[in-house]
Amino acid sequence: MAEVAFGKVAITFTVNGVERTVETYPMARLLDVLREELRLTGTKEGCGEGECGACSAFVDGKLVNTCLVPVIQARGATIETIEGLATGDELHAVQQAFIDAGGAQCGICTPGMVLATVALLREHPDPNEAQIREGLAGNLCRCTGYIKIFDSVATAARAIRAREDASGHGGGAA
Amino acid sequence: MRANVPQYDVVAPPTLAEALALMAREPGVWTPLAGGTDLMVLFEAGKLPPGRYLSIWGLPELAGIQVTADAVTLGALTTYGEIRANATVQADLPMLVRAARETGAIAIQNRGTIGGNIANASPAADSPPALVAYDAALTLISAAGTRTTAFRGFHTGYKRMDLRPGELVQSVRVLRRPAADGWVHFYKKVGTRAFQAISKVGFAGCAQVVDGVAREVRIGLASVAPTVLVAAHTEAALEGARVADPGLEARAAQAMVRDVTAIDDIRSTARYRSQVAANLAAAFVRALRERG
Repeated sequence: MAEVAFGKVAITFTVNGVERTVETYPMARLLDVLREELRLTGTKEGCGEGECGACSAFVDGKLVNTCLVPVIQARGATIETIEGLATGDELHAVQQAFIDAGGAQCGICTPGMVLATVALLREHPDPNEAQIREGLAGNLCRCTGYIKIFDSVATAARAIRAREDASGHGGGAA
Repeated sequence: MRANVPQYDVVAPPTLAEALALMAREPGVWTPLAGGTDLMVLFEAGKLPPGRYLSIWGLPELAGIQVTADAVTLGALTTYGEIRANATVQADLPMLVRAARETGAIAIQNRGTIGGNIANASPAADSPPALVAYDAALTLISAAGTRTTAFRGFHTGYKRMDLRPGELVQSVRVLRRPAADGWVHFYKKVGTRAFQAISKVGFAGCAQVVDGVAREVRIGLASVAPTVLVAAHTEAALEGARVADPGLEARAAQAMVRDVTAIDDIRSTARYRSQVAANLAAAFVRALRERG
């Protein structure tokens, strides 16, 4: 039996501050479009079913699992991936904290962990351990045992608060 | 096996009227797709039927939380994250916040919607027990207009519900239940872990305790029946009861055993589920007693 095939569509969105247009199937996963069409391979695929958080990115300011987003739903959206987090050669405070506190081992979960941490610190600039655990509950790591990751989050929170105190104004992280 | 992407069409009409017109014009052809947290999992597993999907994500007519003096209305596309953040829901309908927190983690809560949780009709979902306990009213909309129906009884069997072709869930309305008026809210999810686990048993109970007597007792459960369960025998055993009655816990537990029709599956056994549901019914009685 011949299988029905549908056509591609043009979809425009903004990724890390740059407007991009892709020609692809509307049900294509945002994860695959980022990695294969746009070559933004910092966004990882782990489980492909919304459990592990390796594919996390921000869509319109909200942390999402890009494996569960059909690309047509990203039409017109503002997307921020791990590649957009650093400013030139200067790492984001959360990235630096993961280095300083040893929060990264094999690295597959790290982009998602970093972005989930950014999301957490926007909401809770001074998180307690329960808030850290809940904020990262959707991000699985099979290397670290999580303790160094929780340390990294606390380190990042301190660094961001210290920087904001030094600059004399408060406000959210990142 | 992963799905073959070209076999799936998705359109995203800019307005609700256009989405409903398309569903009316081609009945049975278009499957609604909201935040994708259920359907995209099936898609990746190769279990989502190929065909045409209607993306309703972002339709403004289905979004947002409306609060009045006596009720809260959740648009179908209200996400779990939005439920968690709403101060009125936190204060007067705390089991909806608990259910939202129990559903996946932050990234899922930013995409999963209350309407999707209802229409996906999973017996293991976390919010339906709370909607049973709060005696929610659903508004359904099609090109022909809207109708309102009780959430209790909306699901008629495993993955079956009273949703007609061409209809979408538009909103869910619940009356506010402030603790100051004697309302008691008891929500408990029993699963393998604190986070990221689908329930073995989910329990939501709500009642108004005035002068030591329980009224308006409503109890919903997840994962103990082919669909979200209305625990009618247990509700009847508690309705009008004096909460100080020392025999009440045992009667509630016995009634609950009659209510559940649990099965053995990958997450638990019928025997365990039935026992836990009975224990939770007794725990609900103790919560009512603390209030009384």
